Amino acid sequence: MSLNGWLQILSFMTVVLLLAHPVGNYLVRVFERRSTFLDFVLAPCERLLYRVTGIDPDHEMRWTEYAIAMLIFSAATTVLTYVVERIQHLLPLNPQHLPGVESALALNTAISFTTNTNWQSYVPEATMSYLTQMVGLATHNFWSAAVGMALAIAFIRGIARREAKTLGNFWVDMTRSILWVLLPISICLALLLVSQGVIQNFKAYDTATLLEPQRIVDSSGKIATVTTQTIAQGPVASQEAIKMLGTNGGGFFNANSAHPFENPTPLSNFLEMVAIFLLPASLVVALGRMVGSPKHGWAILAAMIILWFAGTTACYWAESQGNPLLHGVDQRASLIQSGGNMEGKEVRFGIANSALFAAVTTDASCGAVNGMHDSFTPLGGMVPMINILLGETIFGGVGAGLYGMLVFVVLAVFIAGLMVGRTPEYLGKKIEAYDVQMSMLYLLIFPCIILGFAAVSVLMPNLGLSSLSNHGPHGLSEILYAYTSAAGNNGSAFAGLNANTHWYNYSLAVAMFCGRFLMIVPMLAIAGNLAGKKIVPASSGTFPVTTPLFSILLVGVLLIVGALTFFPALSLGPVLEHLLMRSGHVF
Amino acid sequence: MSTHASRRSLFDRQIVRRASLESVAKLNPRTMMRNPVMFVVEIGCVLTSALLIVNAFGHRGSSRFDLQITLWLWFTVLFANFAEAMAEGRGKAQADALRKAKSETTASLIVNGSIQEVPSSQLHAGDIVRVVAGQMIPGDGEVIEGVASVDESAITGESAPVIREAGGDRSAVTGGTRVLSDIITVRITSNPGETFLDRMIALVEGAERQKTPNEIALNILLAGLTIIFLLAVVTLQPFAVYSGAPQTVFVLISLLVCLIPTTIGGLLSAIGIAGMDRLVQHNVLATSGRAVEAAGDVNTLLLDKTGTITIGNRQASEFIAAPGVSIRDLADAAQLSSLADETPEGRSIVVLAKEQFEFRGRELANLNAEFVPFSATTRMSGIELDGRSIRKGAVDAIAQYLQRHGALPLPPELHQATEKIAKGGGTPLVVAENGRALGVIHLKDVVKGGMRERFDHLRAMGIRTVMITGDNPLTAAAIAREAGVDDFLAEAKPKDKMNFIRREQADGKLVAMTGDGTNDAPALAQADVGVAMNSGTQAAKEAGNMVDLDSNPTKLIEIVAIGKQLLMTRGALTTFSIANDVAKYFAIIPAMFAGVFPVLNALNVMHLHNAESAVLSAVIFNALIIIGLIPLALKGVQYKPMSASSLLRRNLFVYGLGGLVAPFAGIKLIDLAITALRLA
Repeated sequence: MSLNGWLQILSFMTVVLLLAHPVGNYLVRVFERRSTFLDFVLAPCERLLYRVTGIDPDHEMRWTEYAIAMLIFSAATTVLTYVVERIQHLLPLNPQHLPGVESALALNTAISFTTNTNWQSYVPEATMSYLTQMVGLATHNFWSAAVGMALAIAFIRGIARREAKTLGNFWVDMTRSILWVLLPISICLALLLVSQGVIQNFKAYDTATLLEPQRIVDSSGKIATVTTQTIAQGPVASQEAIKMLGTNGGGFFNANSAHPFENPTPLSNFLEMVAIFLLPASLVVALGRMVGSPKHGWAILAAMIILWFAGTTACYWAESQGNPLLHGVDQRASLIQSGGNMEGKEVRFGIANSALFAAVTTDASCGAVNGMHDSFTPLGGMVPMINILLGETIFGGVGAGLYGMLVFVVLAVFIAGLMVGRTPEYLGKKIEAYDVQMSMLYLLIFPCIILGFAAVSVLMPNLGLSSLSNHGPHGLSEILYAYTSAAGNNGSAFAGLNANTHWYNYSLAVAMFCGRFLMIVPMLAIAGNLAGKKIVPASSGTFPVTTPLFSILLVGVLLIVGALTFFPALSLGPVLEHLLMRSGHVF
Repeated sequence: MSTHASRRSLFDRQIVRRASLESVAKLNPRTMMRNPVMFVVEIGCVLTSALLIVNAFGHRGSSRFDLQITLWLWFTVLFANFAEAMAEGRGKAQADALRKAKSETTASLIVNGSIQEVPSSQLHAGDIVRVVAGQMIPGDGEVIEGVASVDESAITGESAPVIREAGGDRSAVTGGTRVLSDIITVRITSNPGETFLDRMIALVEGAERQKTPNEIALNILLAGLTIIFLLAVVTLQPFAVYSGAPQTVFVLISLLVCLIPTTIGGLLSAIGIAGMDRLVQHNVLATSGRAVEAAGDVNTLLLDKTGTITIGNRQASEFIAAPGVSIRDLADAAQLSSLADETPEGRSIVVLAKEQFEFRGRELANLNAEFVPFSATTRMSGIELDGRSIRKGAVDAIAQYLQRHGALPLPPELHQATEKIAKGGGTPLVVAENGRALGVIHLKDVVKGGMRERFDHLRAMGIRTVMITGDNPLTAAAIAREAGVDDFLAEAKPKDKMNFIRREQADGKLVAMTGDGTNDAPALAQADVGVAMNSGTQAAKEAGNMVDLDSNPTKLIEIVAIGKQLLMTRGALTTFSIANDVAKYFAIIPAMFAGVFPVLNALNVMHLHNAESAVLSAVIFNALIIIGLIPLALKGVQYKPMSASSLLRRNLFVYGLGGLVAPFAGIKLIDLAITALRLA
């Protein structure tokens, strides 16, 4: 670990926080349908959209109607993407003449992008045409982020409204989040990325002649000489911006943000990381403003920052240690090398920015990577996994992170709220049986998916275990990580697992679907129920949700209630692997 | 009863014996199902026991470890049952004492003017009975004729007899109490099995105990956590098999039982019962646990000024005559108007007049006078004799009276005098004779000692106190200032009280109040916590959700504290229970896998002796902590009035951090003991 590394990590969070305040206030204006400086272009677009689709923007929806609208929208767009993938060979913008995508993979990918997971069981540049990337996938990057934001706003309204029946209008919330938030910021970010060298074209792939021919052993055991390299092209920058901003994470290329065309410079890397946290952090600020307690927003943000900082520190520390089994190799950081465990990391990012990126992309349910998590040290690789296992609540996905965190806030208030001698109240709303029931349902689904599927996978040698390229505890980590990433709608991978099999494509699709939609329904039910309640005015007897103590309490509940469930599994995976590595065993 | 209850020690030998037997009887699965957490433990016990038996006959044989685990798992369930039985036992002991009062008596039923002797258990609502001195009142009812002194000690524990008379607010009588003097005719108001005494017995016994809303919510949380941990343990076996370290059922069930929140699951119902019990010990009966919970949530306390904030009797201290009236004439009129006034204020006026002018006590009967009693609507009382029409009352009441009779308005001098008195916190009573104001009587109000501090505590807890008084706003403000209440409702009529409660509730606030009169009944019913005085009318008792047997309105403050303590105890033990899991993981996980992967001993931070002793220690700790926390569950966590922030900081430190650290020490100690005893 170096001072330079720490300065970069801290300056990252400083920039995020400096931006979160104005952007958060802007979000409040957007979703309360107040005037903004972009109205002169966007308001006519909005009116036109409503007129064409026949939506009444003043119609208010109950939570059930809101949920149904969201589900219909998601189902329709899933089908659209599935169809585009299947018939891409018949459609334009396919200079590489890629064939239609096989059905299991097409389904997996369609669900993956709809659920904001962006898990990729395939190599994009060898599977998806430009049209599929743009119409099938990049659009989902906007839609799924917009859906997440709409849901978070609906939840906030549930907390803020008193004795109300409705949570807003799904179509309006989604339209406004795309027009006023995602599109303008994406356009600016895409241009910034292009300035750093991210490509944006429709060209066929380039072929370059290698200066030094490579001899490789192919799968049949024959030695072949490779003299050329195919260099993939495409409309990358436009997709890259929303991939980070919408915490989607699906790479245009297989190497994701480690690829020089996606993430060429340390500055582009910095911008991409800031883009991941920008909206999740701003939404927390918006929460504080909309419920009339800005300090509450900052208290939640503080809890997120504590967990982010702990994860980043652990990962940075673990990766800086280097590999204890490599002897006679200088792994110390110096002026000419970054030191530490550089396997699977890009030299232009080094240890600090790779560890930070890994923490940020898994705190938020982004899933873009600029280094291979599979190649991290066992403890360094456990950090991303724990980040996701905490329910993607540390900043979390756009919208999804906030509502996930709010469910934990409800639980924390319920568990500790009694200790102030009143039945639990959250911002004046009594937390009662129905709220607890729905929160527990929300909480239950997540480990159910992860542990259930992982347990089944390790029991089935032909389906689950045959995909493993590593055995022992590392193999268990790979399987656990895959379902964790899917259920948490993260999308990053411990790449050692070949997930493009029928079992993994289908089971991961189910995991992604349940991890998104099964959890959204109880979450909206809580919001709908909260909206109908009276607000007990605050007094000195009210449970404090604005203090540092509350932030610490929230962190404690997240760690104990959220993550402790996974302790046995983790101890047989990364923890065991780490301890075995120290005694000389690797997998 | 109260004196008995408070003397009864926490672990009364008789109660412990009864509770021990009950805890076995409670193993009935149908009873256990009410408590999902402990039900899961019981299923675990049955599984391990069955396996133990199967193994004993099989070739594998049963190990000492398996046997010990099974035994301790049973103990876990028994200890939880014991906690509940202990809490119930204390109530049952009180119920037994009450039942003695309910001994079968005969009643003198009046049918068509003649008297029939019938057993009291056959009385129905609407029956009329006659009770003479020395007889037991056969059932709850209302005195419709006569006055009697009644010994209510069976219900209240108070040995001084009380007066019960027809009409007014002292007409309610309770079955099982004894008439000491005179004869009364009572209309029975309750059917067999529904009497106050029956309800009281059922309440303290917990027979009709229903889970309160917060208890239901907490149970859902605990059931949810149980399912989550069940999932974690069930899926652990496949991972263990994959890793080449499969586990026995005994170890897996041990892990499960240690992880699920057995501490709070086992003590939850005991906490609720103990909360009700604490109320009973304060001589307050709540009709439901819901009311106790609501008491903890109260935002606004409505307190009657008289008897609660001030000492009931205001004393007349001065006569101030109007211009052109002699003080002597004023005193004379004042005394005459107060002769039939039995209130302490009335008596103090008579006394003051006697002291200052040596008026002899005059008998009403000799005067051929007609007394005009005080009523809530006129807010005046007075006398009619020999063409003299004397009235005394509040300033505005008299002013209206004068206006109605076309008399001269109050002279400005009197206005100044009344305002001066009111500003000083006193109560001015204006005396008028034949439509002419004679002067003012200064009644002094004395605020009870220590009230200011109590209101400060309540304020720190976020509870607003509102004083209700019939006084005029000036007087009310002065007393409110002196007593330190947050707000006051002056010149309050019963309807105003009701409107005030409704207004507060519309803002989402919970309101508590006390009341005794029939005209308080609607407000008592509307309030979230309505405490009726036992001395009050039957209507008031029916309307409220608590009855204070001591009829002490100040007790509302204690009731709120008991409610808060109940909720805090629940929260503290829930937090403690969940925080415990961390240490248990660190005991059991390395024990499970260090056999195959010795490197995992790095997680054995407590350096427990071996795998078996580690698992056993965790299970034993888990069982013993339930027993260890029974006193806390029954007595409630220590409670001091302070702000929510301070309470949270304190309780989170004690029960959150304590819950995290305590089991590390506890499990280590048990491990040392087990190792010393060579049990594992």
